[in-house]
Amino acid sequence: MKFKLVPIALAVAAALAIPTANAQKKYDPGASDSEIKIGNTNPYSGPASAYGTIGKTIAAYFKMVNEQGGVNGRKVNFISYDDGYSPPKTVEMARKLVEQDQVLFVFQTLGTPCNTAIHKYMNMSKVPQLHVATGATKWNDPKNFPWTMGWQPNYQTEGQIYARHILETKPNAKIGILYQNDDYGKDYVKGLKDGLGAKAASMIVKEVSYEVSDPTVDSQIVQLQSSGADVFFNVTTPKFAAQAIRKAFDIGWKPVQYLNNVSASKATVLIPAGLEKSAGVITTAYLKDMNDKEWANDPAIKKWEAFMKKYYPDGSLIDPSNIYGYTVATTLHQVLKQAGDNLTRENVMKQAATMKGFYVDTMLPGVNINTAGDDFAPIESVQLQKFNGNDWERFGKVMGK
Amino acid sequence: MSRRQLIVVAVLLLVAAALPFVVSNYRTFQFTLVLVYAIALLGLNMLTGYNGQISLGHGAFYALGAYCTAILMDRFGFPYWATLPIAGAVCLLFGFLFGLPALRLEGLYLALATFALGVSLPQLLKYHHFEKWTGGVQGIVIQKPEAPFGLPLKPDQWLYFFTLAVALVMFALAWNLLRGRVGRAMIAIRDNHVAAEAMGVNNAMYKSLTFGVSAMYTGVAGGLSAIAVQFVAPDSFDIFLSIKFLIGIVIGGLASIPGAIFGALFLQFVPNVADEISKAAPWAIFGLFLLAFVYVMPMGISGAIRMGLARLAQKRQNT
Repeated sequence: MKFKLVPIALAVAAALAIPTANAQKKYDPGASDSEIKIGNTNPYSGPASAYGTIGKTIAAYFKMVNEQGGVNGRKVNFISYDDGYSPPKTVEMARKLVEQDQVLFVFQTLGTPCNTAIHKYMNMSKVPQLHVATGATKWNDPKNFPWTMGWQPNYQTEGQIYARHILETKPNAKIGILYQNDDYGKDYVKGLKDGLGAKAASMIVKEVSYEVSDPTVDSQIVQLQSSGADVFFNVTTPKFAAQAIRKAFDIGWKPVQYLNNVSASKATVLIPAGLEKSAGVITTAYLKDMNDKEWANDPAIKKWEAFMKKYYPDGSLIDPSNIYGYTVATTLHQVLKQAGDNLTRENVMKQAATMKGFYVDTMLPGVNINTAGDDFAPIESVQLQKFNGNDWERFGKVMGK
Repeated sequence: MSRRQLIVVAVLLLVAAALPFVVSNYRTFQFTLVLVYAIALLGLNMLTGYNGQISLGHGAFYALGAYCTAILMDRFGFPYWATLPIAGAVCLLFGFLFGLPALRLEGLYLALATFALGVSLPQLLKYHHFEKWTGGVQGIVIQKPEAPFGLPLKPDQWLYFFTLAVALVMFALAWNLLRGRVGRAMIAIRDNHVAAEAMGVNNAMYKSLTFGVSAMYTGVAGGLSAIAVQFVAPDSFDIFLSIKFLIGIVIGGLASIPGAIFGALFLQFVPNVADEISKAAPWAIFGLFLLAFVYVMPMGISGAIRMGLARLAQKRQNT
């Protein structure tokens, strides 16, 4: 009897030992020893289909990662569906990703209305809605929505940075604001007011808004000029931004102009407005722009170009959205590396919320990704840049957190 | 209804009732949307298929119904089921009023007038004086209804059965309406309005009433869609939605009640198939499907089935 107990004891010990050996490997639906399933929705069709290239860049990025051996030995299965920028379709596709494809989490779902439509669903089903592709401020709300996180600098942060620059350079400014009458425009205005603090009421002399359906913003610009404002905060989408810059120049209004990052494109805003009319406009940037002479020979941009040519040969080499997609995919790559063998939804959120000073080489030097349990806003720093009539020139320190 | 038709309907109903217990929650949700589309298509089919008035703006009534439901639930605390009759009534009124001036417009001109409605509504929903109710671009998020009376159903299953019940009532009403005197008058106006007038049909009254009832159907469908999706926003109701409805009734079969169901199945599932085939050009693939259907089944899916059955019957007689 004595001898017979030994093998039993050994067997029991072995049985107990196996779970401890496996304790580090933890999986939720969508993760296994061989694969990590990630879901995404993008507008490949419809009015916003120009942004669809972001989804394709991300897919290409993970194709590259898989060829190089995957993340901690696991292949990434990036499942992306077309939602045509239509919120009901986003709901349907998000449910398909979560309930049928059983993804570990969704990533970079694009568009403020589309993400709003699935915000509650994702949080109720406790599936991460990671690094959403919109600049609204509401994604940074870990208390009420612990499963949702943004990525790019949000509009309020950017507004605060303009406020700081105004306070430093022109403390007695009289500010006139033109904004689009929706959550995007109001977010910027709130950021600016928060940044100005107690002086907001006395410094802002005029606020005018426009509707997306308005044909022009000419009359708003005339109103702002007659208010005597000497600083112009221009919170408009590309078409209106070009109109506003041109009209201000044409009627001889020469304020210091701050233009939101949404319309910081030379090709779609400044050229239509007129390059000489745009001289002196100030905006912000957080990613390297491949169209910028300064970065033409930058090793990171070269590396990105090589990636594009090999994995996404149809993609445009002058579209900043493709730098954006590459950078955000690199961020996720880091989150997955950090998560290691503990691929639970909870741990993915935890890792995404504990990034300290993470830098992707396609971001401007000095811009970092920082998150914490109560801070779900990964990029909160940007650098100011001024248009010299031909190119953007960055100046000053990187501002923000 | 003949005995054979009754049997077919009974079998279909049994299948429909068993469906949510067989498929996953996500599929149940998709079939709920199919039912919602079917009601909307039935509404448009009354107008276009039976009465010959082309509308490119039915997405607007769908949006109106959805917003009625969302606003009543969100701002006024109505239970979800009570919002549907109101959404339907509001759309009936709007449809009737829109139908009055539209009476003077025929064919393409009416199509343009309704197109204007479809294009403008999403922007009107963003209008800042309405924002208090509509939530502006942010839209409105609403609660998902739970199964009542402690029924052992998941929310998705309950919603499916609720939608199925509404759909059944709407289809039964439409069937009653269309096969009787009113339906005959509608078809007579479509085929030859002068002759219809001569036979004593009040063209103006019938045309505006058809517009109203059609809008009511689409509005009820919109309300149901808001409950199912739990979210409304102006971006949900762009002009392409109106065009999709038109595609749906043509593919399903004009002037056919079951055609609405076939059209709804097409609208729900074909775009997903297209997306799976190609990310680069999902609309081109969708277009190919459309061309194929139009060429192979020029009378829509229900027309093709009818013809197939007729041929089969003929063969049987011959042998």
